[in-house]
Amino acid sequence: MNPYVKLAIVLIIYLALGWKIILTALRNIKNGDFFDENFLMVVATVGALCIGEYEEAILVLLLYRIGEFLQDKAVDKSRKSISDLMDIRPDYANVEKDGQWVQVDPDEVAVGTVILVKPGERVPLDGTVLEGSSRLDTAALTGESLPVNVSEGSEVQSGTINLDGMLKIQTTAVSEESTAARILDLVENAAASRANSEKFITKFARWYTPIVCGLALLLAVIPPLFFHGVWSDWIYRALSFLVVSCPCALVISIPLGFFGGIGGASAKGILIKGGNYLEALSKADTMAFDKTGTLTRGVFKVIAVHPEGISEAQLLEYATLAESFSNHPIARSLADEYGKRVDKSRVKDSKEILGQGISAVVDGRLVSCGSHKYMHTLDLHHDDCHIPGTNVHVAIDGVYAGHIVISDQIKEDAPAALAELKELGLKRLVMLTGDKEGVAADVAKTLTDLTEYHAELLPQDKVEITKKLMAEAEPGRKVAFVGDGINDAPVLVAADLGIAMGGMGSAAAVEAADIVLMNDKPSDISLAVRIARKTMRIVKQNIWFSIGVKVVVLILSALGYSNMILASFADTGVCLLAILNSMRALRIK
Amino acid sequence: MRKSFKVNGIDCANCAAKLERNLAKIKGVESVAVVFATSKLIIEAPDDKFDAIMDEAVAVAKKLEPDWEIVR
Repeated sequence: MNPYVKLAIVLIIYLALGWKIILTALRNIKNGDFFDENFLMVVATVGALCIGEYEEAILVLLLYRIGEFLQDKAVDKSRKSISDLMDIRPDYANVEKDGQWVQVDPDEVAVGTVILVKPGERVPLDGTVLEGSSRLDTAALTGESLPVNVSEGSEVQSGTINLDGMLKIQTTAVSEESTAARILDLVENAAASRANSEKFITKFARWYTPIVCGLALLLAVIPPLFFHGVWSDWIYRALSFLVVSCPCALVISIPLGFFGGIGGASAKGILIKGGNYLEALSKADTMAFDKTGTLTRGVFKVIAVHPEGISEAQLLEYATLAESFSNHPIARSLADEYGKRVDKSRVKDSKEILGQGISAVVDGRLVSCGSHKYMHTLDLHHDDCHIPGTNVHVAIDGVYAGHIVISDQIKEDAPAALAELKELGLKRLVMLTGDKEGVAADVAKTLTDLTEYHAELLPQDKVEITKKLMAEAEPGRKVAFVGDGINDAPVLVAADLGIAMGGMGSAAAVEAADIVLMNDKPSDISLAVRIARKTMRIVKQNIWFSIGVKVVVLILSALGYSNMILASFADTGVCLLAILNSMRALRIK
Repeated sequence: MRKSFKVNGIDCANCAAKLERNLAKIKGVESVAVVFATSKLIIEAPDDKFDAIMDEAVAVAKKLEPDWEIVR
């Protein structure tokens, strides 16, 4: 074939494949960006044309285009999977207008409006049920597959799905203050707090391209000038460098991996506020737990009634009535145990002695209930109970009448969760509590995987101990604190990693914590650790795999053992594999 | 004030990083992140200058790549 005809055909194919890349490269040069991948690809392929490597120039360009196409597909798919996972945004709310129910944008619904949620519809706004009863699917918020029963007076959260009955709901928040919007906001903003490995990649990417291009230039020029190298041979090797000079594999796959982990976790009701916290969690080897509400249910229950001189029923009745004006958890647990209607008209002169107890006149008799300290101030002798728990001592008309033992219950999955954390290699599992030594010891006896506990702590003591744990942790290891967010916000902030349990309820806790667990289950803590470790594993695989393959191809190219086609695979092929690997972070067992 | 915006037309991770670098250069911007995975821009700036800064951000995006559009 006439060489000019051949060149003309090659140029036509080249332009057909590459016009878009050339245009983009030109625009980027205008903006002063010379290390743009499009520009480098143009230089590499035009260079190949100049030294007569027509087939390679075209093939590299073709591979680049195919690679780009597949990358776009993979990225689109992963972006879509992530947004599907977070598809909890309600589309509309049914409000009544002129006697008709009409659909409106949830953003337009004011607090206090009555809305109608039909079976199969998503609850659009937080509110209280006015009418109707149903079951709600909360899986989108909590990952919990068991439906929740709701009826008149129940609080409902936006993002849950109504399964059975019609519900009339009075809204308690505007759209953007509702649970679904707050969760989305938290997860979407999470990507802005980057992990160290992500920051490293951004820095690496900024230096990698200029360095590889610089090396390519040296490779093209120095051997022919000073060591009698053949120009076309060394230029060819340099052009291979340019083909692998784009760090795309890393720049795309690493953030995608982190976001996959964060998105996957959010689908399980574990909200992680950033890649940096995911990274910290994977490195945690010490975990401190608040007791009440975290390891225990935080619901108090009467477990023993020990009367002296009167019957059990009488003791319980007097204590319940005396405490009936208090809203302390103890008073509530007494009322629960009593079970009958509490007739407050029988109670007069109820007085609360702060931190000690209550005195009141019940049926004309003076009843004093409270701690052992309170009994001492009344100068009464009493027995200490052998059953661990909170003792409520009762005196009637100045005579000791016995005591009632109230105790919290350990959450069902707490032992399994601690065992799993231990298995995952966490070294210290510490329980912190403001409760009495005896109560703490009793809980620790059941939760055998706890390595230590500290009792009778004030909130500031918890901060002190957490700081001490951080000082004692091995370098590079992290200390996490798990609490229910009620009055432990300072500890959540002080720890390397604050984990708040129990959902979006307490705004202070959500603000202070780095990770928010929507469920009350301790087993979600170990699940979060597993997700964090898996994500970090994937991220590290991608970093080492991408950099490793590129370095090997660079060395082979420099030595003349590689070619531009292989370099092309090392570039786009590796990128594709890294993206696919990142997608694994989304899938959580 | 910290706000997030949707960005249309960001189709490569390098582009997201490039936009982020250039937005960070705008005077008054306290922190900025362009998240490729969600096509979101998260920007923090003083309340009184926020709108002016956003005007500039939209212009910067347009100049870098005509396809990029910050949805306000």
